[in-house]
Amino acid sequence: MAQFSAEKLNKVNEIIARYPAGKQKSALIPVLHIAQEEFGGWLSAETMDYVASILKIEPIEVYEVATFYSMYNLKPVGKYVFEVCQTGPCMINGSDDIIDYIKNKLGIKVGETTADGLFTLKTVECLGACGYAPMMQLGKHYREHLTKEKIDAIIEECERNAVTNN
Amino acid sequence: MGRKLLLEKAHVPGIRNYDVYRREGGYRSVEKALKTMSPDQVTEEVKKSGLRGRGGAGFPAGMKWSFLAKPEGVPRYLVCNADESEPGTFKDRYLMEFIPHLLVEGLIVASFALGSNRTFIYIRGEYAWIVDILEQAIAEAKNNGWLGKNILGSGFDCEIYVQRGAGAYICGEETALIESLEGKRGNPRIKPPFPAVKGLWDCPTVVNNVETIAAVVPILNIGGDEYAKIGVGKSTGTKLISACGNINKPGVYEIDMTISVEEFIYSDEYCGGIANGKRLKACIPGGSSVPILPANLLLKTAKGENRIMNYESLSDGGFATGTMMGSGGFIVLDEDQCVVRHTLTLARFYRHESCGQCSPCREGTGWMEKILKNIEYGKGKKSDIDLLWDIQRKIEGNTICPLGDAAAWPVAAAIRHFRDEFEWHVQYPNAAQNRNYGLAHYADPLPAASKGVA
Repeated sequence: MAQFSAEKLNKVNEIIARYPAGKQKSALIPVLHIAQEEFGGWLSAETMDYVASILKIEPIEVYEVATFYSMYNLKPVGKYVFEVCQTGPCMINGSDDIIDYIKNKLGIKVGETTADGLFTLKTVECLGACGYAPMMQLGKHYREHLTKEKIDAIIEECERNAVTNN
Repeated sequence: MGRKLLLEKAHVPGIRNYDVYRREGGYRSVEKALKTMSPDQVTEEVKKSGLRGRGGAGFPAGMKWSFLAKPEGVPRYLVCNADESEPGTFKDRYLMEFIPHLLVEGLIVASFALGSNRTFIYIRGEYAWIVDILEQAIAEAKNNGWLGKNILGSGFDCEIYVQRGAGAYICGEETALIESLEGKRGNPRIKPPFPAVKGLWDCPTVVNNVETIAAVVPILNIGGDEYAKIGVGKSTGTKLISACGNINKPGVYEIDMTISVEEFIYSDEYCGGIANGKRLKACIPGGSSVPILPANLLLKTAKGENRIMNYESLSDGGFATGTMMGSGGFIVLDEDQCVVRHTLTLARFYRHESCGQCSPCREGTGWMEKILKNIEYGKGKKSDIDLLWDIQRKIEGNTICPLGDAAAWPVAAAIRHFRDEFEWHVQYPNAAQNRNYGLAHYADPLPAASKGVA
């Protein structure tokens, strides 16, 4: 079974140390973020059980949290996940067209992953970038003021990075 | 030019770094508080300032602090709410990204006032890169003696930690935020007990918005009385407004709460007018939860007075003809925008974000979305509009937390002020699918003669 590296375990212990003794469950959400990054971009039942064992809590306590928050993926996703905002302020600035464009360009529907495993398209609700709409989250960062040209460039950039990183 | 208290230095090159921030006068409020004042005196200054919570509710911050229970031997906590998720709102992000030390400075002073030795910033999970910015600022503050043990020889110890959420609007509600910080689902708690008595890990806790905490810095620097002189009535100090939608200059603006809505929208200093030479149709001035207003009621109250960008003026007329200051998320819709479609995206948002704890909200938000979808896509019936009205009324006031109200109000206001647009969708189902059908008749101001167009 996959386990955290020594470096990540240190990070986990550092987080636990922020809370009073016995309150290590408070580390659950940050630790699930680390687990998702480390173990392929999603949380399998095995990963969640592992997190439960580290925090000395019941697996069900992890499941109920992992299923509540929208940033946790409960099934495998592509290497690059496009999370496009579709709430009001983005909608009036053309997010529907952006979503359609990505769907056509990648040949997938919302929630699907391309056959090569590179891209997943998700729609999300307001990410707090309304003044820079339309926008999407890609990994740790926001891509804002999206246009079709920018989408083309982002897809090319991801494809290039995928080749370099392999 | 309005007075700037929060963003005055936000664009000084390098202000994110400690040295520049300190050179520009940073951390003076910590020196003043820890060296010359008692915790209660700091609270007193905040009370005098009239500062109201900047997260949306507008509750007096000093009063909230004074409610904090202080039982012997029980730790107290300050938690900063950086879970900014209300559609239209992106002001806290701006503040944290550009001038992170202002938040850190405010948190140290507030922690001192409240006696919090362990203070948390709970930030929405999507703002992942801002976590790095804040953690760097905290580390710099600590290296320079503003955090840690016995700060400035005052005997006061304090650490600040940043905790990421993971995508849940509801965690901006303070008791849901506390649940989340404890590693649980973000289900709001029943109040009372209030967090001031039983909050994080059952200890007395104050939860304050980012902008509220940042405002503590100028309050200490200039004094509560001086701060209270800025603005008007119970809207003291400055407010950050995040403006978006169909305007020429979307962005974050710091205003003193004396300028008119008209000036805010049309002046080049702020929004710079409606984009593409279009006319103003409607606006949601305080984040998606507050009532949408048509142009005429936005610019002038029902009494015909100019509407001002402050708590009192925006809510003048109640929900019948007014709206709310809310979080300051200012969403502008031009004459081409469809209110039904916009309301549908908000209904979808609230359905997605309902925690599912209370039936009226869990079920009602789903029904509202479905009915709005039917109307928007030409499958609506005239009776659906009344049904929608009925559902929102049954959600409002019947849930543990305000998310139910927040979901009900946008739908109610859209029907209240734009009922004929809903009827138009029902009457012309084929045209309804064409979302840019240009209801120019709503534009500024609303001419009665043009109702029932098409």
